[in-house]
Amino acid sequence: MAEAFEPRIVAFLCNWCTYAGADLAGTARLQYPPNVRIIRLMCSGALDPAYVLKALLEGADGVFIGGCHPGDCHYQNGNYKARRRVALLKKILEQTGFDPDRVWLRWISASEGRLFAQTMTEMVAAIRAKGPSPLRGRWGT
Amino acid sequence: MGADRDREGQLPVGQGREACAGTGRRIGVFICHCGSNIAGSVDVRRAAETVRGLRGVACATDYGYMCSDPGQALIRQSIAEQGLDGIVVAACSPSMHEATFRRAAEAAGLNPYRVEIANIREQCSWVHQEDREKATQKAIALIASLVEKVRGDDPLEPLGTPVTRRLLVIGGGIAGMTVALEVADAGYEVILVERGAELGGRLRQIRETYAALTPLAAPLQTLIERVREHPRIRVLLGSEVESASGYVGSFTVTVRPAAGANAPGGYRSEADPAGGTQHEVGAIVVATGYELIPLSRLGEYGGGRVADVVDALEFERLLAQEVPRRPSDGRVPRRVAFVQCAGSRDPEHGVPYCSKVCCLYTAKQALLYRQRVPDGEAVVFVIDVRTGGRRYEEFVQRAMEEGHVLYLRGKVAKVFRQGDQVIVWGVDTLAGRNVEVAADLVVLAAAVVPSAGAAELGRRLRATTDELGFFREAHPKLRPVESLTAGIFLAGAAQAPKDIAETVSQAEAAAAKVLGLFSRPELVQEPTVATVLQELCAGCGLCVSACPYEARSLNARLRVAEVNAALCQGCGACVVACPNKACVVRNWRPEQTLAMVGAVLGEVQ
Repeated sequence: MAEAFEPRIVAFLCNWCTYAGADLAGTARLQYPPNVRIIRLMCSGALDPAYVLKALLEGADGVFIGGCHPGDCHYQNGNYKARRRVALLKKILEQTGFDPDRVWLRWISASEGRLFAQTMTEMVAAIRAKGPSPLRGRWGT
Repeated sequence: MGADRDREGQLPVGQGREACAGTGRRIGVFICHCGSNIAGSVDVRRAAETVRGLRGVACATDYGYMCSDPGQALIRQSIAEQGLDGIVVAACSPSMHEATFRRAAEAAGLNPYRVEIANIREQCSWVHQEDREKATQKAIALIASLVEKVRGDDPLEPLGTPVTRRLLVIGGGIAGMTVALEVADAGYEVILVERGAELGGRLRQIRETYAALTPLAAPLQTLIERVREHPRIRVLLGSEVESASGYVGSFTVTVRPAAGANAPGGYRSEADPAGGTQHEVGAIVVATGYELIPLSRLGEYGGGRVADVVDALEFERLLAQEVPRRPSDGRVPRRVAFVQCAGSRDPEHGVPYCSKVCCLYTAKQALLYRQRVPDGEAVVFVIDVRTGGRRYEEFVQRAMEEGHVLYLRGKVAKVFRQGDQVIVWGVDTLAGRNVEVAADLVVLAAAVVPSAGAAELGRRLRATTDELGFFREAHPKLRPVESLTAGIFLAGAAQAPKDIAETVSQAEAAAAKVLGLFSRPELVQEPTVATVLQELCAGCGLCVSACPYEARSLNARLRVAEVNAALCQGCGACVVACPNKACVVRNWRPEQTLAMVGAVLGEVQ
């Protein structure tokens, strides 16, 4: 019997904005689906596209990247670097036939706990609608 | 909690020393119940049992409150008894207790940089209160990922850098002079750079303060002389900052003659004219002040086109005469119209904010005008009057009652010349009708904007300014005098419009921050900074351009990149930029993150 599909999402959050926003969602007890696994980075600009690829190859159904709003980067401009890198990565994913909308980049500040919880809820629903990643279970072939 | 008490003192040992031998690491996992905050929605006991089976985990235990004294004692005891070389504390957010647990580990002889926090409260138990099973699975995955991170963590030592106990102040107004005197009086050398020909700044143009009507000239002169004669203050007039490099505790600032200084017939610059002089300082205070928006940008109010439309600073000068005389024909104006919010609170003029000081100085100028010209008439156009501050509201009331100043609530639409008068078209929103005032002189409370060149100075210092050119503070409420760059502090209207009292307060606060910095024997910096694996580095230089802090350079001889650890903030931009993976941030290495990705997706049951 196949179990109901539960999306698995890896979230890379910048330490200063989105990670703190996720903490605020917790402090405010804002509930969102438990499908998201958070990994802290110091900056969204420290996101190596390889991390996203690794997550997808390991069977993640979606990858979320959260950074500071434009102009608010703790390290001056890391979020702009993330934006360029993710744009390029999504283009490459598309060219390989992989749905680039499984990778989300959003700006969520430390004060936007509600936005974080909403975004997680939204993303889990969107990935649930897409179904399992085609790469699930294909690793090693 | 009864069950917990039974378990106190006896440690549930994991695989023991033997089982961890092959992995080379002995990691302890400590899972906090946080009362029912975590244990209420995560099965902490099952989590402990599960992670005990992870590679490299020597022991895993749960406890009521890890941050409590007995909880920390449990951690210290386990480190000592089990010979742990790394720990994961699964508890609240690292922003809460990372420092606590690092101290506890250090007390037991474990390097604090081998302590990691799995955030299973804010990011798990509190947000998944409805689904205990899934919350437990998620907690286990998060702990497993932090176990992977600890496995890659190296023991690190904090970096110590020396402090140059000398201050550079940019701007010789009331803010800059106040900071300079405070710091010099405390025994440190100060270099005060002022691009104009004199000290004193805007205060030279203001005759008396508002509200108390205290004359300013004498105290200002005393202040200037104290600065001029102070043995530890070196004043460089006619000078400006050309460039700055370095970091908190150790800046190198190049000062050059200001544009406009040393011109034929102009004032002399005190900076070395030959290429600029370098100064070694440990801290910088930016006190560059403000100016008023040029009248030419207020064309609809006759600014720049009608001679008898002046800004408030010019009217301040006219008021300094025995009787004020208007610029066009030297006549004593019998009716003066004051237009507040001339540019301020008007996004169309690029000034969406309130200039803060205008309501009060307009009341002062109207009152003083009425005193100088007893048969004159003063009309003030306001959107509303903002008088937050000690005795400020009373002062505006005094202008209205004692000075018989007429306040009309409504915006001014147009100001133009007719004959030898200036006509103001406005609206009185309280009476609900249009008004026309034929005045002899119009005074615009022109918006307060940053000094010319503030944004450019911000770039040279790497201290960010906002989209309007005001210097940004590190935190709007909690760190209001620090810039976003460590070691650079802010004082006065360079940050936002402020009155004299607020400026002096902030200047003294900035001085306190500088003195705090200078009182430390050396600066301790987080060691989690970037480094270069030289055998992998091809010397391409991509990391040099990726670094926002100029912490990287190419060693021309070895043709490899180098890191100035004191400048590096550990953001990791260089790590991603490096095609050879020769760049790493200590304890944030890519293989650690990749292992964490594997761990959160792995099937740990």
